[in-house]
Amino acid sequence: MEFVVLVKQVPDTTEVKVDPKTGTLIRDGVPSILNPFDQFALEEALRLREKIKDRIPVNVTVISMGPPQAKTAIMKCLALGADKGILLSDRTFAGADTWATSLTLAEAVKKLGKFDIVFCGQQAIDGDTAQVGPEVAQLLGIPQVTYVDSILGFENNKITVRSLTDDGYRVVEVKLPMLLTCSTPSSFEPSNPSMAAILKANKKPFEIWTAETLGGDKSKFGLSGSPTQVSRVYSPPVRGKGVVYKENIEEGIKKVVEALMDKKVI
Amino acid sequence: MITVSEKCIGCSICAKTCPFGAITVMDKKAIISEACVLCGACVQVCPVKAITIERKAVSADLSSFRDVWVFAECEGEKLKGVALELTTKARELADALNQKVCAVLLGTNVKSNAEMLGRYGADVVYVAEHKMLEPYTTDGYAPVIVGLISKYKPNIMLFPATKVGRDLAPRVAASLGLGLTADCTGLSIKDGLLLQTRPAFGGNVMADILCPNTRPQMATVRPNVFKKVENPRKAEVVEVAVDLKEHTIRTVIKEIVKTATPGMKKIDEADIIVSGGRGIGSKEGFKLLEELAELLGGAVGASRVAVDLGWIPKSAQVGQSGITVAPKLYIACGISGTIQHLVGMKDSKVIIAINKDPEAPIFNVADYGIVGDYQKVVPLLIEELKRAMKK
Repeated sequence: MEFVVLVKQVPDTTEVKVDPKTGTLIRDGVPSILNPFDQFALEEALRLREKIKDRIPVNVTVISMGPPQAKTAIMKCLALGADKGILLSDRTFAGADTWATSLTLAEAVKKLGKFDIVFCGQQAIDGDTAQVGPEVAQLLGIPQVTYVDSILGFENNKITVRSLTDDGYRVVEVKLPMLLTCSTPSSFEPSNPSMAAILKANKKPFEIWTAETLGGDKSKFGLSGSPTQVSRVYSPPVRGKGVVYKENIEEGIKKVVEALMDKKVI
Repeated sequence: MITVSEKCIGCSICAKTCPFGAITVMDKKAIISEACVLCGACVQVCPVKAITIERKAVSADLSSFRDVWVFAECEGEKLKGVALELTTKARELADALNQKVCAVLLGTNVKSNAEMLGRYGADVVYVAEHKMLEPYTTDGYAPVIVGLISKYKPNIMLFPATKVGRDLAPRVAASLGLGLTADCTGLSIKDGLLLQTRPAFGGNVMADILCPNTRPQMATVRPNVFKKVENPRKAEVVEVAVDLKEHTIRTVIKEIVKTATPGMKKIDEADIIVSGGRGIGSKEGFKLLEELAELLGGAVGASRVAVDLGWIPKSAQVGQSGITVAPKLYIACGISGTIQHLVGMKDSKVIIAINKDPEAPIFNVADYGIVGDYQKVVPLLIEELKRAMKK
């Protein structure tokens, strides 16, 4: 059985700082990490493989699209236990929006041949769109379940999962092949593989696929294949600084309540 | 253009799948009638890949795409508040373009919501009712929406960035090859195009996005980002006949569980929110915040840390990985103000921050800040409020 995990290397947005003078993003020195949602998706795939290994042997392939340095994210996946890594890397792929990204990833999954479950994180922390999973599912023509926080059962070519909704959850059963996007439980802390696992990962198969490998018309990839265009990027407007009461708190509270009454907020 | 190649074996799976009853099988070949709206449901199920849909590059004829559409999400038979927020925004966009606002209602017994949509500015409401459209499934909804888009050619379509909207919109976008901008915080018309503004890099920058060559231009918007404003008219109701069959829905829903604590006011519906973070220190600490919230008729919210520590349910989480709120008054207690939290509440009308640490970033967005321990400040605030409200 073939599991495919789609991952992305992202800047650690919690480490992004804004230049207080210019208001622009300081990108230098921001560490790149494996998108935490994707790491959780990989771990879910590995857990399921472990659970069913006596009945069904499973191969776990990780696919990522990104610049050459995104290999680091794939190597981490291999060290965590994936069997094979494929990096889709080509200048032609650059500037892709969610549609062009999904198309490229879907073509790579198709090229692998057989796939039974495609695992994705619910979203990447740099873009937060949550679109690539469902778009890949549509392009592969397979059903999807989004916001899955646990896999409840697996038998007879069917998977049962728990999928989060706005006010609770649903238990959903789907026949394979299918795609699921994983929501991390709030207790999830991305772990780092051991040194021994990292060394072992270096011996696992890793390939770089280009636009040539995927074939077809190159204009469907990257910026030229993207329906959306970013016309401008700018700093968010800063909210004017308010009044802060540090001493004489009682007086401060009185003033605040007065202001709230004046403004008819309460 | 939809074509059936000679690979067709006449298995009739497509005919059974078509939500619009547009396929019949004659002489072991699928025949597609004029009822076809190019929804693509058949392409997905054909076991021999005999059906192909070729969609014209829309860039040739963009002007034939007109009107601003809204996916009006329902919860059961009831319209969600976000549907009216989107309809209000759609009205504004449609007026700028001199086009109509159309809302789409899917489900069972949802038609009566058309009146409400009209009150907030919808000119036309397309209603598709079918027992397979309740509860929501991707496979039930996506082909119906794709079919309606292919038939009526809207210029713009807005979806709510709810769990359902985020499941559905990309599926629709991918089947039509459309751009889709997620979580827009601003939408306007610029040179006839939809200018879509959204935060990126965890809210550290804003990006303006255009979709010049594909139609409809599609965007999702989180609840509580836009305000709903009445703009009444009588909406014309257009009923859309759909015919869905069980086997076309590939996901089987075994159980639906609602976990939102009953009795607890939902933060996305509250005018006033009292939120707590790490500084609250314990589950018990939230009792004080509840007291304050109750006095103001508001709800209790929380930062991600407080949720992670199990002090309060996930449904109360404000922020990037929680809920976006924009109440009249937001009182942040013991919340330092990470960027992820700030993106979820910075559009609140008035923000009060209470924190021991005078350097906490939350003070940068607060209209009023009080430096001090919440255990001391909140009781004083409650006392003062009681006194003021008595007057």
